[in-house]
Amino acid sequence: MQFGIFTVGDITTDPTTGVTPTEHERIRAAVSIATKAEEIGLDVFAHGEHHNPPFHPSSPTTLLGYIAAKTERILLSTATTLITTNDPVKIAEDYSVLQHLADGRVDLMLGRGNTGPVYPWFGKDIRDGISLAVENYALLRRLWREPVVDWEGRFRTPLQGFTLAPQPLDGVPPFVWHGSIRSPEIAEQAAFYGDGFFHNNIFWPISHTRQMVNLYRRRFEHYGHGPADTAIVGLGGQFFMRRSSQDAVREFRPYFDVAPVYGHGPSMEDFMAQTPLTVGSPQQVIERTLSFRDQVGDYQRQLFLLDHAGLPLKTVLEQLDLLGEILPELRSGFAQARPAHVPDAPTHASLVAAAAAERTVSTALPTAVDDVTGRSPYAAVDTGDAR
Amino acid sequence: MTATIVVVSAGIGTPSSSQLLGERLAHASQRFLATAGVPVEVRHIELRTLASDLANHLVSQVPSPALADVYAEVGRAVGVIVVSPVFNASYSGLFKQFFDLLDEGTMASRPVLLAATGGTARHSLVIDTAMLPLFHYLKALVAPLGVFAATGDWGDPSGHLGARIDAASRAFAELVVQRPGTEAVDEFDTDIDFADLLRGR
Repeated sequence: MQFGIFTVGDITTDPTTGVTPTEHERIRAAVSIATKAEEIGLDVFAHGEHHNPPFHPSSPTTLLGYIAAKTERILLSTATTLITTNDPVKIAEDYSVLQHLADGRVDLMLGRGNTGPVYPWFGKDIRDGISLAVENYALLRRLWREPVVDWEGRFRTPLQGFTLAPQPLDGVPPFVWHGSIRSPEIAEQAAFYGDGFFHNNIFWPISHTRQMVNLYRRRFEHYGHGPADTAIVGLGGQFFMRRSSQDAVREFRPYFDVAPVYGHGPSMEDFMAQTPLTVGSPQQVIERTLSFRDQVGDYQRQLFLLDHAGLPLKTVLEQLDLLGEILPELRSGFAQARPAHVPDAPTHASLVAAAAAERTVSTALPTAVDDVTGRSPYAAVDTGDAR
Repeated sequence: MTATIVVVSAGIGTPSSSQLLGERLAHASQRFLATAGVPVEVRHIELRTLASDLANHLVSQVPSPALADVYAEVGRAVGVIVVSPVFNASYSGLFKQFFDLLDEGTMASRPVLLAATGGTARHSLVIDTAMLPLFHYLKALVAPLGVFAATGDWGDPSGHLGARIDAASRAFAELVVQRPGTEAVDEFDTDIDFADLLRGR
């Protein structure tokens, strides 16, 4: 079980002080938060991508590349990478480079983006959102897996004889999660490929999250990737923690009440009852988080949203300290009664091992060759590993 | 499970004329359906009791449990009777908000009886000018007769309102018998063929 944080990258005024951080401060804060996440023992740091104010992260691999240099162990991911408006060729290139620089500590979560006016800036149309996600990802997979790609589709210039440079580290692409709040097509896509499925589990009742996860699990099995309970599931969640729940409620309420997305709506108490938000003591956060498993089954990744709604960096770092304190209990809680056949989330090391195992059982050598030289880029590797 | 007729009323008072009209339409429809061998239960939904839930749902995307329950009920109903007071030449904002937040497709092919209330009969075309386009857009199966009740209708001894209620309810009941609303499709329980998505469908 992996634990981590995901952050949107919003620039929001602190409602209690009226102070708005600068873009520079927020970008530096992302680095502080990521390094702190590693320090307290988290497994994953995931950052959002946006191309419009009030958000800063328009270039996630620049940010994650810098964080990769400042950290040693934590896995870097995204929440989400826009598979709709980004060119899949550029995604393949950027994340290949990042994967090399981070020595494989990289995976991606793909999402569509829900701001209509942003799409045309990249020559796209939000009404094509699902089709873009399907076509672009189908291409992205080939770019990462096939030495030479000839391709033609609806949404981008055709490719003739395209070879990705650099090739993925150790010939193994980063693991991919597909994130969606309510589109069954995306759960289906994740299931079809046997990729991970992530539900942000923030705004909606967890009964809805369960529906989406169950759909993904059922179809994962249908497509022959293994039993439904071995599908790779990630959940979001959010909390605000203080040693006493009264302090947590008092301190977080002014942020909740005007928070982007859900502020000015239901009361914090209603929102806590109806969604996975927990504002309270460490013990309450532990209990609530462990209860997610009762809804979606044993899962692989739990990410928390801590850094948003104008909370100052100092407060976010304090939240991380508290999360570090309850982390052992969360780990042992989720480990309890977890069936042995439920896998962990794939990592670069596990994917490299799986690829090696597959090559040794494979009887036929890959035949793809470079159009020009007639050589396979994998020739050396293939002969070395084949029986 | 017994078939259900749901009455959605956007009246503001308690009781309101919209609520009363909804009750009379439901009662008459229930009677005609029973005669036709289709016993139905009636569920009354007063939108005023859900006003803050609707506002919260709009800005937070989270339906309250009460609202989710009501939407599920509409999604199972064999027919829906909708009643709005006339505000500024149209249905009320509360009425519109309920249908704005209803899951897409819920009203499709579902029999609907349109009704409205207002101060004078000069508003009576609101059923045709405002409600009909909305429910056509939602692809509902709209019953051929609607009922508009003006303030004056309630005290009118001629019985015209009762006759109009009966006529509209009978037409609605016939529709419910012929083409009853079916359980709304659970999109999370429906298989998509990914090959179709890959082909761009």
